[in-house]
Amino acid sequence: MPKRTDLKSILVIGSGPIVIGQACEFDYSGTQACRALKEEGYRVVLVNSNPATIMTDPDLADATYIEPITIDVLTEVIAKDRPDALLPTMGGQTALNMALLLHEKGVLDQYGVILIGANIAAIKKAEDRELFRAAMNKLGIKVPVSRVVSSVEEAMQLVKTQGLPAIIRPSFTLGGTGGGVARTEAELQDQVQLALAASPIHQVLVEESVLGWKEYELEVMRDHRDNVVIICTIENFDPMGLHTGDSITVAPAQTLSDREYQHLRDLSIQVIREIGVETGGSNIQFAVNPANGEVIIIEMNPRVSRSSALASKATGFPIAKIAAKLAVGYSLDELPNDITRKTPASFEPSIDYVVTKMPRFTFEKFPMSDPHLTTQMKSVGEVMAVGRVFKESLQKALRSMETGLTGLDAMDYSGLSQEEIDQLIGERLSRPTEDRIRYLADAIRAGWDNERIFAASFIDPWFLDQTRQLVEEEALIAASALETIEEGQLRRWKGLGFSDARMATLLGCGESQVRARRLELGVRPVFKKVDTCAAEFEASTPYFYSSYEQENESERSNTRKALILGSGPNRIGQGIEFDYCCVHASMALRDAGWESIMVNCNPETVSTDYDISDRLYFEPITFEDVMEIVDHERPDGVIVQLGGQTPLKLARQLEEAGVPILGTPYDSIDRSEDRKRFAELVNKLELNQPDNDTASSLQEAQASARRIGYPIIVRPSYVLGGRAMEIVHGEEQLEEFFREAVKASPDHPVLVDKFLSGAIEVDVDVLCDGKQAVVAGLMEHIELAGVHSGDSACSLPPHSLPEDIQQQICAQAVALALELKVVGLMNGQFAVQDGTVYLLEVNPRASRTVPFVSKAMGIPLAKYATRLMLGEPLDALTFNPRPLVPFAVKETVFPFAKFPGADPLLGPEMQSTGEVMGRGATFAEAFLKSQIAASTNGLRADGHVFMGVVDEDKAALVPMARSFRKLGYHLLATPGTRQVLLEAGIAEVTEASLEMGREDSLYKYMVGDSLALVINTTDSRKRRIDPTHLRRLVLTYNVPYCTTLQAALALVNALEAMGPERGFTYEPLRGYDGGAGTKSQRN
Amino acid sequence: MDGILVLSNGRNFRGRLRGAKKPTSGEVIFNTAMTGYQEIVTDPSYCGQIITMTYPHIGNYGVNDEDVESRMPFASGMIVKELSGIASNWRAAGSLDHYLAERGVTILEGVDTRALVIALREQGALPGLIVPSQGAQLEALTEQARGLPGMEGRNLAKEVSVTAPYAWEGGQNPGAGQLRVIAYDYGIKYNILRSLAERGVAIEVVPYDFPAEQTLAKNPAGVFLSNGPGDPEPVREAVEIVKELLGKVPIFGICLGHQIMNLALGGKTYKLKFGHHGANHPVVNLATGKIEVTSQNHGFAVVEDDLPKNVKVTHRSLNDDTVEGLESLTHAAFSVQYHPEASPGPHDSGYLFDRFLEMMNSGRKNSA
Repeated sequence: MPKRTDLKSILVIGSGPIVIGQACEFDYSGTQACRALKEEGYRVVLVNSNPATIMTDPDLADATYIEPITIDVLTEVIAKDRPDALLPTMGGQTALNMALLLHEKGVLDQYGVILIGANIAAIKKAEDRELFRAAMNKLGIKVPVSRVVSSVEEAMQLVKTQGLPAIIRPSFTLGGTGGGVARTEAELQDQVQLALAASPIHQVLVEESVLGWKEYELEVMRDHRDNVVIICTIENFDPMGLHTGDSITVAPAQTLSDREYQHLRDLSIQVIREIGVETGGSNIQFAVNPANGEVIIIEMNPRVSRSSALASKATGFPIAKIAAKLAVGYSLDELPNDITRKTPASFEPSIDYVVTKMPRFTFEKFPMSDPHLTTQMKSVGEVMAVGRVFKESLQKALRSMETGLTGLDAMDYSGLSQEEIDQLIGERLSRPTEDRIRYLADAIRAGWDNERIFAASFIDPWFLDQTRQLVEEEALIAASALETIEEGQLRRWKGLGFSDARMATLLGCGESQVRARRLELGVRPVFKKVDTCAAEFEASTPYFYSSYEQENESERSNTRKALILGSGPNRIGQGIEFDYCCVHASMALRDAGWESIMVNCNPETVSTDYDISDRLYFEPITFEDVMEIVDHERPDGVIVQLGGQTPLKLARQLEEAGVPILGTPYDSIDRSEDRKRFAELVNKLELNQPDNDTASSLQEAQASARRIGYPIIVRPSYVLGGRAMEIVHGEEQLEEFFREAVKASPDHPVLVDKFLSGAIEVDVDVLCDGKQAVVAGLMEHIELAGVHSGDSACSLPPHSLPEDIQQQICAQAVALALELKVVGLMNGQFAVQDGTVYLLEVNPRASRTVPFVSKAMGIPLAKYATRLMLGEPLDALTFNPRPLVPFAVKETVFPFAKFPGADPLLGPEMQSTGEVMGRGATFAEAFLKSQIAASTNGLRADGHVFMGVVDEDKAALVPMARSFRKLGYHLLATPGTRQVLLEAGIAEVTEASLEMGREDSLYKYMVGDSLALVINTTDSRKRRIDPTHLRRLVLTYNVPYCTTLQAALALVNALEAMGPERGFTYEPLRGYDGGAGTKSQRN
Repeated sequence: MDGILVLSNGRNFRGRLRGAKKPTSGEVIFNTAMTGYQEIVTDPSYCGQIITMTYPHIGNYGVNDEDVESRMPFASGMIVKELSGIASNWRAAGSLDHYLAERGVTILEGVDTRALVIALREQGALPGLIVPSQGAQLEALTEQARGLPGMEGRNLAKEVSVTAPYAWEGGQNPGAGQLRVIAYDYGIKYNILRSLAERGVAIEVVPYDFPAEQTLAKNPAGVFLSNGPGDPEPVREAVEIVKELLGKVPIFGICLGHQIMNLALGGKTYKLKFGHHGANHPVVNLATGKIEVTSQNHGFAVVEDDLPKNVKVTHRSLNDDTVEGLESLTHAAFSVQYHPEASPGPHDSGYLFDRFLEMMNSGRKNSA
């Protein structure tokens, strides 16, 4: 049956800001879905609060609402745009939950909106634990046994029959606060006690653990004719016990015989039918007992997921696109396989390579949180690597991570005895942290046999054997001499995935020497196609990976071409924003008639979709891997300024290797990054820079501090991106910093900068063609200097900054761009203190604000930057004189809830994972929308506001408290804060204790669901806070909170300005040419 | 020991010899199934062929006593990218390397199998030799490969078929059934027998040339025509026997059995360029419109243009539109080109065995 003609218009809900567990894979799926639906001629209405996505580009949907994903907004959009159908399966859990809510509130019925892709019953059956269990029982498929307990004794009793280990899950009303694995009775006691304490109904779920069982995922697709196909199987390297998102996973499954695989396939088909997913993709997870093959089902997602993004990239089968087309009535056999174009989509991909996915963590941002990996996902990104054999793909994945690994690098055990090393290895194998695979390699190096490693880790012997082979080869490499390595030997090692850098480490020489020897011997990789069919049919899609095999399949074209280096795995500080820029670069290149070649290793992204660029190389972004592609493709230029630090770091080596870099020359990058050259630049342009110094010891730092004057910002020079940065207010704190945080030396000095207290920070994005520059966007931060710019909310245009200061900043930014001969994008960060403008830093590359500015101003910055890099003058580009809406506010979201023990305070280190955009006629409207969009449960208009602030904030709190009272909120305060408010004549402030068991405990209001907002400022961050601390509880209960006075002020002003009715308006984003939803450019 | 594959077109691929490590020859084909190497290598349909496995890791889960499809491996050799050093599975009884070494099957490991598959896709299946590379005279070997007998015109069913009838006693429920089926062994896979036995059928397996009158004398409820290697045309005895059986007893054919039934009905067959070998082939059931993901292994196919009268196409390949199923409109007989018994492969088409049972049951009713 062809597509449905009874539908004209379809609503798609995005997944909102990037958070742990719901990241840019939903930009990939949403983008594919929007494109697929538009291609079929439907009117697409999109709601997503995340401006950093490709899917919210104005030409992807017919009406794009960058608005909070709330029931109110969706109801209004439905009432206004009257879509015929809602496709709820593309925006993760957020979209599914919203679909359920819209159904429950009767909105769907009221406006006659039908659900396509998944119906209410299916969503409930898959999501509701009990309904799911019942459905599986009906099919005779086992699920883990679990029981609700309300006391520690009950839990102890239970495990007597159920056995240990057990999984402790706080009941789902809590959300967020993660369960744990209890391996011993003592652990069980502790964990159940904690979970009970935090549970509002004093109940905890104790689940049978299948710790150590093999873990599999199947990606299943079904059409309305009940045709079901399996797109991909995924086997977890890390067995059950840690979240699949935190596991190393491999596609296809490696250790299942056909009989066992077909059994899982049969079960999957039964499950998708029983749950009732009518059309589209689902993800089904199984655990298999390694001792006897017993199977239990873990869960089923009736929607596209992170795993389906991975499966799509791993096989070349575009799951989200096909799912969208199935949802509008096509059957699988009516849709072509895009890759072969001759065969239909109703088949099961066969792959002839191995894919390894590896999670990327950022525990260094939350140093006091528990580093163990559990059933609660903690990774913020991932890489995927493709190799002809597992060993090759594993080693490619390791070096794709950008964590400094070149392969299976050993851990550092300095200072430990052999016995202690053994003990540590054993512990890390059984209770994994992010480096388990390296401990595994070390266990092999330390002589552990597979049985012993398996007993500790339950990692399948096949994976252990593969890892062992690599370790054994390493020993062979280490025993060789570079000069005498022969071609055949080297080719074999390269085929096992050893990087030049890893071999250099093992051989004790430099990477460039290995490279030279390798080139001398003519050992070069070939590029193989990803084609869904193991070469059975000719593939027309140029999607490649490298391998040290014999035959090359990537044919070089003779057209003009540019290589775009992507941004690698998502991490805090470098995320989807840069992928957005790279995708735009690809579009601009294609528009300009150039061939675009994308290089990236992140499976979640839009950039790694095979139809975004003319050619796609799924490869690690290291010098070695990039140079092989460059040597093969011989591009006219390489774009390094749009993928964040990842490609920028390679700029020097690429330049030295004679690779043409498009746009801003490498020297300008060096001038902005080298501290000395930067100071010269500042002096030359007669700009102000905060007073600064470098110190190689505490004594030197003390001297610098005395000269500069406290407060100061100190940071080690050898880490980038704000890591280990601290604001120091006095001598004592400085000593502590030197004692605990860093080891300074002449080679690694500590950088000392004057901290500009109370300064307003400003972010500027500039476009420049080398001769002319224009400020494309100027943003005023809400939080003051001291909070990392990536964590601060900001307003475009500035909401309070005087016009003359803005002009000064613009003039300085333009002068910097011209002096640095920027061709493309530049970002400048300024601070304004007492009317003086200071330059904090300048980056001659795209910044993370580019998509936000693009959508606020209605200009495609990254596309423009690419055109400039291709040689067009700035005059050829057109700019809107003013933003599309009067105000746009960017707000950030944080992953604190996922990191037990982490204190949710803002500081000089970036900690946010994602962002939302609020748009409005006034700053108040835009800001308030941004706050609603960023909070999980919205911002209620009644209830209690709690205040507990430090002394210096107390005076400013008084007018704020008055405003909250006027707005009708009840006030709660700590004794000290309450005293100040009472003295200022504000009556009716209830004292609230921060302690749990007490009658006046704040906790009571949280449990009672009457707490609207928490305002809590504090002197300094706690190193580690316990789960019952106020600032952890706000996370547990999803209570909106402010930890800076500026944020609280902006919020209360916005609430006052908008009034209790709020009266928001929701307008779709206008296209980049000012018209709604039409194509971008004009010249 | 280093080894080399020499193809009749002069191309060669280097690797290491594993398994039996002895020289071998055959038609080089490829299979895209990612699991099921033990079933594949023991499938008699691969007689005379060297199988290139497209999935690079082969042998990971070892071999066991259950996943065998016949009394011995019939393939002439196997070509893989990487052979696993260990067997990791609770059912594993040993390694594939050892298993094939004991049974005389040579493996060539370390080949750029993707490059080989592309060559076979472009040129079609080719005769080839696997020999130790030391002292290999490439030109002479190429010449020798050119001289290898092709699949066309060879009666390979004769080579793999049993020579005396036997009653199937493997699997669940052996021989317990009311229905008795005579299964012609052109290279039968055990899982076909298991699939029938599971459904309560008692089976007697007979040689490919077991006379029709003897079959009819046993008064079976149905006759099954099995899968098997190579070209159906030279298996003339079988075609003649099936001609005699048609209309007298319900018939179900799979793979070579399907082609033989087609020939018996008056149709023709032809050699495909590189055949269908894999576990992911979409087939549409023309009666229901439903898609089956099927296991396939054949180098020849039915010519649709020369389909006899009163024969209907029931299934069709969605990849290349070739005929995948036939039904006689005059006789109780149907057949499929693919493998509903799977093993390896998806279980989507198991209903065909039920259909055979229904046909036999209604046949009995009619004759009763």
